[in-house]
Amino acid sequence: MAEIRNFTMNFGPQHPAAHGVLRLILEMDGEVVQRADPHVGLLHRATEKLAESKPYNQSIGYMDRLDYVSMMCNEHAYVRAIEVLMGIEPPERALWIRTLYDEVTRVMNHLMWLGSNALDLGAMTVFLYAFRERENLFDAYEAVSGARMHATYYRPGGVYRDLPDEMPKVAESPWRKGVDLNRMNEWREGSLLDFLDAFAADFFDRVDDYETLLTDNRIWKQRTVGIGAVSPERALQLGFTGPMLRGSGVEWDLRKKQPYAKYTEVDFDIPVGVNGDCYDRYLVRIEEMRQSARIMQQAITWLRNNPGPVMLKNYKVIPPTREEMKDDMEALIHHFKLFTEGYCVPEGETYQAVEAPKGEFGCYMVSDGANKPFRVHLRAPGFAHLSAMNEMAVGHMLADVAALIATQDIVFGEIDR
Amino acid sequence: MSGFSPRNQQLARALDDVLGKRIEELGEYRGQLTARVSAEHWLDAAWQLRDHPELDFAQLTDLCGVDFLGFGDAEWETAAATSSGYSRGVDGLGPGRFAWHERPEAADIPNRFLVVVHLLSLSTNRRLRLHCFAPDDELPVVPSLVEVYNSVNWFEREAFDLFGIVFEGHPDLRRILTDYGFIGHPFRKDFPLIGNVTVRYDEDKKRVVYEPVEIEPRVLVPRVIRADNRYVDQRLQGAEGREHG
Repeated sequence: MAEIRNFTMNFGPQHPAAHGVLRLILEMDGEVVQRADPHVGLLHRATEKLAESKPYNQSIGYMDRLDYVSMMCNEHAYVRAIEVLMGIEPPERALWIRTLYDEVTRVMNHLMWLGSNALDLGAMTVFLYAFRERENLFDAYEAVSGARMHATYYRPGGVYRDLPDEMPKVAESPWRKGVDLNRMNEWREGSLLDFLDAFAADFFDRVDDYETLLTDNRIWKQRTVGIGAVSPERALQLGFTGPMLRGSGVEWDLRKKQPYAKYTEVDFDIPVGVNGDCYDRYLVRIEEMRQSARIMQQAITWLRNNPGPVMLKNYKVIPPTREEMKDDMEALIHHFKLFTEGYCVPEGETYQAVEAPKGEFGCYMVSDGANKPFRVHLRAPGFAHLSAMNEMAVGHMLADVAALIATQDIVFGEIDR
Repeated sequence: MSGFSPRNQQLARALDDVLGKRIEELGEYRGQLTARVSAEHWLDAAWQLRDHPELDFAQLTDLCGVDFLGFGDAEWETAAATSSGYSRGVDGLGPGRFAWHERPEAADIPNRFLVVVHLLSLSTNRRLRLHCFAPDDELPVVPSLVEVYNSVNWFEREAFDLFGIVFEGHPDLRRILTDYGFIGHPFRKDFPLIGNVTVRYDEDKKRVVYEPVEIEPRVLVPRVIRADNRYVDQRLQGAEGREHG
């Protein structure tokens, strides 16, 4: 009789379901996974080491490029670490803007996750719907920062500038004209806040749309129910955070438990799963999108009624405005020093974490008193999640591996750093 | 238990009761507790921290290495002028300012490699930072926590890859982020930012080739440490019971 041996299979690094550059070595017994060994690091850019060679502010842009579908949440952790070490607190309006944009980012991330997850499992339509809504949020990013993705909008001491009074309109072109153009510009008549308000009000129905496509869909349930089930005890042991942990039924959300920005002042609920499988994590993320829209609405109400500064007035950390530089020598000197040398952060260390869409994104920062960080370590949620891939995949079929990668919401920008 | 903020006093007391002498130093900075544990008691302390009902640190969120070579070194002397004027801040061996052949000597500094762990207790909603210095700088070895916290597996692999810290008892201590066959530990302070090899596809040989790196180190902003009066008081407070930051 012929000897039967396990088959070793290479999954990726170029594979549409690998969500980037994941190389997965799978040991297969027929169709069943016996061992999964993810090889990561193909996108390693040494962000942490680069940060050691630059003044603090120059690394904010690198944070956007870590988890490149939840940009501002990464900035938030980094900026907060600097603020804590310096002992500065941004003005209230800046904190509200951060709350608003953290939730915009969460919706963006979850839409990306929903679309690509459905696409991985064979549902094309959801992808198109999700990306239609996501496009609006990119416009909201662009309106405040000028960049559609990599915003560099959060700064130590606040946010770079106040929300614009006018939302840019879509220009007429051979492809966008007539009724379509009017529909696209309908929400864009007023300010950015009007635009986001219209988006949030409409978004609940849009989430319902996604649910009609997936939640009771027979194929969707066959692909997700009971796949990759993780018990709450194991989820904690494996370092799961965010929707991965909540999907397993652990009610833990940093926005509630260790609040930052203005999360103490907004009303929202934390959805938790029961079975800890892919389907429960899907439901958790769907509900999180609704809750994010709720938070957005509350933040918009506050921001409408309370104008004020969005940046600290502290020339030792925050550069003065152009106008101030024109007629104030001190302001000019401060500007020059901040842009050639940066500011020195007092000696110390801190760890600041935010509830990023994928889980706990933390920034551990050590300063020796210089104008550059001595050590920055970024705790990426996806890194811990992917390390559990072996445990989650063993005993599942090959096709389920795509479902598992999708449910972990993997982005290699943050895993490889 | 004086010197701790009200929020941390209970935890500090519990740590003292349970771990006692195993904690070499317990400090607080900016509201966060840091406990220093020797490599000898590292594993033992972790078991206690996880399983003791009063501590109950159920999750290990993060582990990373730190290399203290060059800690507190500035590249620009700004306090006094010499007869030829102020220094220009163009020389220096700070991060990113040297190539492979001119890398700084790993001077004999005590406690060069540090392992930092962040623990989270869900039941008490507390975080705790643990420090563990590797006893030997030539071959830094620290016991692995994989048995206690399974989540630490990849974090330890990362610290091994980037800093060369060996975790004794780790079941699968391979490199994780760097290339297959990579030599050196890139996050050590004596490893140049520009790296040492560059990779490209060779059209003639029809394969990927490795060559010595050609680019020049080019970091223009010097490392500066300003004696800032605003922070003097803070530093004195923060320096209480801590060696590094």
